[in-house]
Amino acid sequence: MANAHSHNGHDDGSHGSVKSYAIGFVLSVILTLIPFGLVMYPTLPKSITLMIVLAFAVIQVLVHLVYFLHLDRSQAQRNNVIAFVFAAIVILLLVGLSIWIMFSIHTFMMAK
Amino acid sequence: MFGKLSWEAVPFHEPIVMVTIAMIALGGVALFAAITYFKKWTYLWSEWLTSVDHKKIGVMYIIVAMVMLLRGFADAIMMRTQLAMATEGSPGYLPPEHYDQIFTAHGVIMIIFMAMPFFTGLMNLAVPLQIGARDVAYPFLNSLSFWLLVSGVVLINLSLGVGEFAKTGWVAYPPLSGLQYSPGVGMDYYIWALQLSGLGTTLTGVNFLATVLKMRTPGMKLMDMPIFTWTCTWANVLIVASFPILTATLALLTLDRYMDFHIFTNELGGNPMMYVNLFWAWGHPEVYILILPAFGIFSEVISTFSGKKLFGHHSMIYASGAISILGFMVWLHHFFTMGSGASVNAFFGLATMLISIPTGVKLFNWLFTIYQGRLRFTSQVMWTLGFMVTFAIGGMTGVLLAIPGADFVLHNSLFVIAHFHNVIIGGAVFGYIAGFGFYFPKAFGFKLHEGWGKAAFWFWITGFFVAFMPLYVLGFMGMTRRLNATTNPEWVPYLYVAMFGAVMIAVGIACQLIQLYVSVRDRNKPENMCEHGDPWNAHTLEWSTSSPPPFYNFAVLPKADVVDPFTEAKENGTAYKAPAKYEPIHMPNNTATGVVMGALLTVFGFAMIWHIWWLAIASLAGTVIYFVIHAARDDQGYYVPVDVIERIEAEQHKRLVAAGKVPATATRVETSLEQA
Amino acid sequence: MSNLVTNVGHAHGHDHGHDDHHHDSGEMTVFGFWLYLMTDCILFASIFAAYAVLVNNVAGGPSGHDIFELPYVLGETALLLFSSITYGFAMLAFFRGNKKQVLGWLAMTFLFGLGFIGMEINEFHLLISEGYGPSRSGFLSAFFTLVGTHGLHVTSGLIWMAIMMYQVQKNGLTATNKTRLSCLSLFWHFLDVVWICVFTVVYLMGTM
Repeated sequence: MANAHSHNGHDDGSHGSVKSYAIGFVLSVILTLIPFGLVMYPTLPKSITLMIVLAFAVIQVLVHLVYFLHLDRSQAQRNNVIAFVFAAIVILLLVGLSIWIMFSIHTFMMAK
Repeated sequence: MFGKLSWEAVPFHEPIVMVTIAMIALGGVALFAAITYFKKWTYLWSEWLTSVDHKKIGVMYIIVAMVMLLRGFADAIMMRTQLAMATEGSPGYLPPEHYDQIFTAHGVIMIIFMAMPFFTGLMNLAVPLQIGARDVAYPFLNSLSFWLLVSGVVLINLSLGVGEFAKTGWVAYPPLSGLQYSPGVGMDYYIWALQLSGLGTTLTGVNFLATVLKMRTPGMKLMDMPIFTWTCTWANVLIVASFPILTATLALLTLDRYMDFHIFTNELGGNPMMYVNLFWAWGHPEVYILILPAFGIFSEVISTFSGKKLFGHHSMIYASGAISILGFMVWLHHFFTMGSGASVNAFFGLATMLISIPTGVKLFNWLFTIYQGRLRFTSQVMWTLGFMVTFAIGGMTGVLLAIPGADFVLHNSLFVIAHFHNVIIGGAVFGYIAGFGFYFPKAFGFKLHEGWGKAAFWFWITGFFVAFMPLYVLGFMGMTRRLNATTNPEWVPYLYVAMFGAVMIAVGIACQLIQLYVSVRDRNKPENMCEHGDPWNAHTLEWSTSSPPPFYNFAVLPKADVVDPFTEAKENGTAYKAPAKYEPIHMPNNTATGVVMGALLTVFGFAMIWHIWWLAIASLAGTVIYFVIHAARDDQGYYVPVDVIERIEAEQHKRLVAAGKVPATATRVETSLEQA
Repeated sequence: MSNLVTNVGHAHGHDHGHDDHHHDSGEMTVFGFWLYLMTDCILFASIFAAYAVLVNNVAGGPSGHDIFELPYVLGETALLLFSSITYGFAMLAFFRGNKKQVLGWLAMTFLFGLGFIGMEINEFHLLISEGYGPSRSGFLSAFFTLVGTHGLHVTSGLIWMAIMMYQVQKNGLTATNKTRLSCLSLFWHFLDVVWICVFTVVYLMGTM
């Protein structure tokens, strides 16, 4: 449209480089292999393994967002970041509250 | 070859259905004949059905909404009649399996196919104009969204004559809605009608969020956007957050019904309660999607007809935001009785009660806007005042229901029915009708008849109270919802009164139809015409262009650096000033892709409902291929040449002079206003 | 309307005289696509929630511990990760203006994606032939739905990629193709993000 806002004429710089893809790739490999190893060859207590696995997943999601999806704090990406943070909050509310509701029901109604 | 479809699917043995179908068929033939006789097919196709103009799409949405209002209301009056007749052992005139379809269809139609398109239509009509844009961010997508809604409408109306509709209630809880207890096609009509229109709604949400974020006229800050645009924006935020949940939930139910999955079944580890949870995780935000834009309309109406700035513009935005966010954290109050225990219920009950705070803020903002203003008592203002009273009552019964203990008594009773009709009719529907009268002159260039409008208001509001106040009482007396016959003699008088109330609302709707007829008939009377564009002496940009606006909306992108920019322009004399020279305007071309894809997806839905697999595969593949071809064409639109713009603007200038908005002596070409 | 205006069609789209609307509309399309991806995220979240609720409802059938082959799934993960980086290289080649490399990297991405889908179909086929299809239990229904929804997304991505390779071959590195490949890029990387969650929540936590 003719009246589309154009804050900055060009979006150069937000599409990454060979280096950023390589960093993202190496980090992803590490962040995948460590939890994989911990689950395949259990060495730590289960609860600690679980926490590591979840933490690494969250970190890897962030790595992908930064190095592959090129989210950053630049002006051009501001709306994208806001949209993502909003979606993340909605997902936390939806999944978190749903699990709380359903597991409470389970406890109250189905516990043997 | 045709799956489950055969001639037995047509309910020849049901006279009520057959007469209805005959009437619809006659009406359809008459419409078809009229269009053919007046040779309007080409006009209809090229100017409306294939249009990507947000104003025309908005008008089409509202036409669909009004037709479906009639259909949904016919269901309502049938239910009230049945309940007034089927007392103390009498079976009434509707057999149970038919009655069950009617209350299901009534709910689905009124929410998904009346309220949603009405809100979407008003949003389409006004929002791009309010932010000084020439169209929405993705005009083709907008057309596709509309035709996806029409797909749903076609399917749900087809269920009347071919097969049946769901008998589950509009919430369609499994296991009742599962294959074992609902083996018929009714549930499948429900699934595919909702799935297709829901997809359209999600796309609308994306489209309008991008529109307000990227298409505002230069200088307009987010916080300066008009309040209707803001409430629509919050509604769109809720759409993109909640409609995917509906899509997923319906898909999971589809897998259970079509492929023998066990997600929501009773057997083999399915969990039907998860459906209830997910359904309301969508369903509760959905009612805020309906009400927020209505709040926006009331705000526009009140500030316009009080001749004042809206009191607390910013607080209104924040209050809407608070309602949206809280609205996403309260869904469990629809199933307090399911058994999550005290702490869960307490959390959701408290969150629900909190919503009344920002809503109260809004109510006081409206009252303070009226205070010391010169309120013009137009029909739009009457709808607004009626809303304030009615909605306050509905809100209070809502707070009552938010107390888990009280809900255990009132759950699934007519008290709940009375409550949500109280907020949806008294809130959303009143708002949409006010918005209809408010924006009608913008869309067509003439005003609606005030007398019939006021008559409609009085019948609607009186009829509403007469119809639904008895339901509160019946709820306390223990009458549950979705009964097709009753035996308690104490309930009978209340059921009669409720029936009478429904008839009064019917008279109100009749007044609206007469209002439309009279207004169209008298459209050329000077007191009704307002093609100059500003019939209400209003504040915002949509009123600064002609009515109906030119297809490009604004010849020059308007200047907007304050709240109510049009009022400011009128006050400092810069309104209506033409620039030194016009620039060519880039516009999108119309396209048939939306209507073709909608038609193909309707066929797809129908084929899925009747298990005609070859047709389902063919129509889905056809949809994808048609879209790919559309994309490959890569239509870049066109430029409107300057001489065309000059011609259209010169006509508008004449109208403004005739209306006394611009002195006749003023030279056409003034010094340049803000150029794009 | 068409009698009012001249229809300029394609020629004008690339005409620099009329500001850079083309660039703007491309940027806006990518933004809208990002918003759509957020809705897709929430769709996946709903299915994840359903999976979390149903994961223990094995109804006498197998649990994740019994049926998941972690090394096999690690292979699938590797294919997707490789495809992510090759797609990134395709985009970099696009910005360098090298059409041949764009097509090469896209083809490689396509093969990796196809390999992933092949492995997934094989996994599903094995489970079903052992009698552990989606109809066996609530857990298996949720498993097949969640992993299958991701697989369907990847499949649509592959179809889209094939169409884009044809478009690039035919029309070259146009602004339109840049916009569309940018959208597909978001889609493809987004699917990898979803897979991280699937890998962790379904496979790793299911095996623990």
